[in-house]
Amino acid sequence: MNALLVVEDVHKRYGKEEVLKGVSFQVEKGETKVIIGPSGTGKSTLLRCINRLTEPDRGRVWLDGVEVTSPKTNINRIRAQIGFVFQDFNLFTHLTALDNVRLGPMRVKGMKKDEATRLAQEELARVGLADKADAYPAELSGGQQQRVSIARALAMNPKLILFDEPTSALDPELIGEVLQVMIKLAQEGMTMVVVTHEMGFARSVADEIIFMEKGVIVEQGPPAQLFSSPKHPRTAEFLRKITELYGGEG
Amino acid sequence: MTTFYFEWWFLPKLAQGLVLTVEITAACIAFGFVLGVLLALGRVYGPKLISIPCSIYIHFFRGTPLLTQLFIVYFGLPNWGIHLSAFTSGILALGLNTAAYQAEYFRGAIQAVKGGQMLAARSLGMSRIQAIRYVILPQAFRIVIPSWSNELILMLKYSSIVFSISLLDLMGMGKRIAARYFNYFEVFIVVALFYLVLVFLLSQSLRWLERRVRVPGLGAPGLR
Ligand SMILES: Nc1ncnc2c1ncn2[C@@H]1O[C@H](COP(=O)(O)OP(=O)(O)O)[C@@H](O)[C@H]1O
Ligand SMILES: [Mg+2]
Repeated sequence: MNALLVVEDVHKRYGKEEVLKGVSFQVEKGETKVIIGPSGTGKSTLLRCINRLTEPDRGRVWLDGVEVTSPKTNINRIRAQIGFVFQDFNLFTHLTALDNVRLGPMRVKGMKKDEATRLAQEELARVGLADKADAYPAELSGGQQQRVSIARALAMNPKLILFDEPTSALDPELIGEVLQVMIKLAQEGMTMVVVTHEMGFARSVADEIIFMEKGVIVEQGPPAQLFSSPKHPRTAEFLRKITELYGGEG
Repeated sequence: MTTFYFEWWFLPKLAQGLVLTVEITAACIAFGFVLGVLLALGRVYGPKLISIPCSIYIHFFRGTPLLTQLFIVYFGLPNWGIHLSAFTSGILALGLNTAAYQAEYFRGAIQAVKGGQMLAARSLGMSRIQAIRYVILPQAFRIVIPSWSNELILMLKYSSIVFSISLLDLMGMGKRIAARYFNYFEVFIVVALFYLVLVFLLSQSLRWLERRVRVPGLGAPGLR
């Protein structure tokens, strides 16, 4: 098992609806995978199955050679190694930016307070928010909140970060600052799986794009190939629609 | 109309009763707080085996008169060989009762915390208990303060029913003095004023607490 993340034949059903119908893919260390596809297709469900925020019905997931889906695995220890960035940020409302970022290191990793504080300040600086350490989430713009939530994920020193439409809840003028942080992370070699509709980001940053529809992967490949000559008509149609909706370079 | 009959030495006596009122109220609130939080957590997060008994408890104590509950504890339990002092019985009955009400307020507040908060906490690798302790409860407590404050003020006033098991709280002491000197009007006006002052002090402290722990974006919905 060489890849950092291996997802194998993951199935998930909600009631009668089969949301994931056997999804498999791998992510190498340092790679950025972008997942695209219409809404309701199971992209969020897939990301949540990776760290078992949602329990898959069937299929297996490995992180760095450890089977995430094994009942013997301590899932909290796995989750501590997988960052998760949510569409609506989910910063802890009652905590300042600094406390949001250092809570995980302190409570999950048992880091000493002053060490965690230093780390949190570094991570906030890394996302350009060193001066907002004492602000509460409600006092921050959406873009700033999302950057704090990225800092919160980074502070755990994760092997992998999962992004679930990190810019979809943002006003258009705030999208850029979040994408910039993500681009920097990709360049620094962070391993990332990103669900997004930002085609500009996908085109320039992704090592590979996965097009999902109705619970299956329809097609995957490097952005140049997928954008210029998609093999599957559904992919071509989706790309045409999304370009109309979000504009060429996103 | 008769003359107003009140002697100054009644005041230290009533103050003595006031101290007992404060003690009983504080004890039953603290007891009710701990039990109330546990009941609320049991109801929200517990498996059926726990959440159903919690619900039954809450419905029983909210669905029957406080005075009945007090009499069961003080006059009823001795039939089962359990003899508690009037003081303990008062605190226990009031505490068991307010626990049920506090539990319902806490439950509402826990459920008012946005679902994404738990997800985010778990995604960092926190256990469920850690997530509840560090993320859910600190928010729920802030949300609950207004309705919780009302409950505390009610309990301060309801604590007066312990006079019926012959405790000399503010109410009991007033009744004893008034019965001897036959000046019910005068004594109970003073007793009422004492309660008024207590309620004022309590509600001011709770407001102070609310301001003290207030966080932008975590406004308590509804009252006040
Ligand atoms: N917790 C849930 N309970 C029931 N149905 C759900 C739940 N989460 C997602 N679904 C359903 O699963 C389908 C896929 O959802 P989702 O993974 O959020 O898709 P996407 O992220 O691609 O928009 C949708 O039809 C959605 O209604
Ligand atoms: Mg989604």
